[in-house]
Amino acid sequence: MAKLPSQREETLGGFVVHGVPFPVGTDEESLEFLKKMAPIQIEQEYRITYLHSYGQDSPWFAALTNKRLLASRDPASGYTTANPRGHDIYSGNETKWIDITDVPAHVHAFTVCYFGSQEFLPECPFVLALIEFDGVNTLLLTRLMGVDPDAPSLDWIGIDVSPRFLRNSKLKPTDVYFVPKSG
Amino acid sequence: MRPVYAISGGVSKFAKARPDKTFQAIIKEAYDYAIADIGLDFPTFTKIVDGSVASYFSDHFSRQLMAGIMAQDYLGLCPKPSHRVEGGGATGGLCFQEAWKSIASGHMDVCVAYGFETMSHVETWKGNEFIALASDVSFDYPVGGFYSGYYAMMVTRHMKEFGTTVEQMAHVSVKNYINAFHNPYAQKSQRISIKDVRNAPMVAWPLTRLDICVMSDGAAATILCSEDGLRKLEAAGAKVTRPLVKVTGIGRGTDMMRMADRPHVDYDFFMENYATEQEKSSDETKAYYKKLWEHGTRYPGVHSFRAGRTAGNMAWKHAGISDPLHELDFVELHDAYTSSEIQTYEDLGLCRYGEGGPFAESGKAFLPNIDYGLKLKDKPVCAVNPSGGLIACGHPVGATGLMQAVFAVWQLQETIKAHFRDDQLQVKDAKRGAIHSHAGTGTYVTVSVLEREG
Repeated sequence: MAKLPSQREETLGGFVVHGVPFPVGTDEESLEFLKKMAPIQIEQEYRITYLHSYGQDSPWFAALTNKRLLASRDPASGYTTANPRGHDIYSGNETKWIDITDVPAHVHAFTVCYFGSQEFLPECPFVLALIEFDGVNTLLLTRLMGVDPDAPSLDWIGIDVSPRFLRNSKLKPTDVYFVPKSG
Repeated sequence: MRPVYAISGGVSKFAKARPDKTFQAIIKEAYDYAIADIGLDFPTFTKIVDGSVASYFSDHFSRQLMAGIMAQDYLGLCPKPSHRVEGGGATGGLCFQEAWKSIASGHMDVCVAYGFETMSHVETWKGNEFIALASDVSFDYPVGGFYSGYYAMMVTRHMKEFGTTVEQMAHVSVKNYINAFHNPYAQKSQRISIKDVRNAPMVAWPLTRLDICVMSDGAAATILCSEDGLRKLEAAGAKVTRPLVKVTGIGRGTDMMRMADRPHVDYDFFMENYATEQEKSSDETKAYYKKLWEHGTRYPGVHSFRAGRTAGNMAWKHAGISDPLHELDFVELHDAYTSSEIQTYEDLGLCRYGEGGPFAESGKAFLPNIDYGLKLKDKPVCAVNPSGGLIACGHPVGATGLMQAVFAVWQLQETIKAHFRDDQLQVKDAKRGAIHSHAGTGTYVTVSVLEREG
């Protein structure tokens, strides 16, 4: 039998209180008593919308909206990174774009997240994976679909995968995800 | 550079939440303890101390910019010099080293390093989000930003490549929780078994809740001084414990923010640039690594931390250590995850890459005279996280690296009994120890060596 929850989930919400207990007088004894007072805690909300620029990496996101996956390559050495990088770390050269959409790809490492950050809680459980591509020197962090999150296995490492793209782009790296290659 | 001594320290009780005090007052608990431990009163110490370094990770948790100066102000240290350091999970370790620099360079004679974090001000899932903002917000965070997920990916690779098992990881949890049973500062102490670790709720496969450290509120402070500073303090009536504890090794390393971007270097490059001196001098180890590479291992990949290896190698060289396992009496290392303790055994050269799992269950990193309820093959050699580490003590980020420094000073002063009111965790005749602080997915790592003089 599954273990039953023994604790109620806590939330920050509560009543709005106008005024808290305080001594009627401020004589020495009453003021000394304040040292025994429990702390007052209030809610503070903080919201902000940033105008975030992808800068020189923008073409990588533009490619995703067109169902293509780009990588960066140093023209001289050929060192290739799956994540976009405007300049190569070894030569300092400006990199060029290459298309790796159809390059054979495999799972390098993965996990199933059953818990997470607030923003992603509604998506739990989800599978995170690092993908390796033939001829590419570094990996790509992505979501892996088409595997059972309730039955994770180290055998997933090494499986061949291919990219899929959202039809309606969100201009986020999750516009691309990977699935086990069929056939 | 001048000799630097770590003469005292204090740690506030680490707890899930400390709403009873503001962060400044929590820091003062640790600060007052450190001053009292050298027998000085507050005004006398204030007069002598030359300045400070403040350590805290996230402005988000406190929703307060410039918290460092608010602590400096509360401690009565204005207008003395100070600055804040921030480097993710390594913030405390960086702070300790910045204070060391202030003394070693001759800029100050007495410097206090203090740090804090108050992580209880938001719910756990929001805290996870704040911490995940310490990953690239264009490419990593939006995919499912969650540090436990990042570390779980590292360990699936470690398991696949080296055969590391979840039971080996659970040995780390059992060790650290049971050690913490004797540490009154620890947030959690419980007598757990391998089965308990594996049966705990799964967070990010294969890491369960008991494989992962918790969020905390807490503070720590350490006092460092030069020989001149020591004379000034003692002339003012300080009773500094002898033998003195000297900082003899400092090392730092870095790695790329996006774990996916780390290189995968070949055998020759690894041996030339990353192997420890001990590894380089052993034909058997060279053959062992050659075999790993023939089977596809590349370095550091995602299974290892080259920042940790770089920091370790640098600190060992500075301290004149060639065999860390046998030349260190203990290590307080950054075990945010049981898996990262195993990875760090390897980075620090306590064992070879790929052998962290067997090392974890061998018993070499355990304390003698403590019943862990485990059958351990080997005798203890070098205690790792005798305090209980982050897993059991908690991880109020800006305080954590300084907490390690305080526990290391007490170990080397042989004053654990006085501070813990229990001597079970005292490493007998401890002469040399290391502290290790680690950020992100291995982006900043510090290693510092402390030694008892004489």
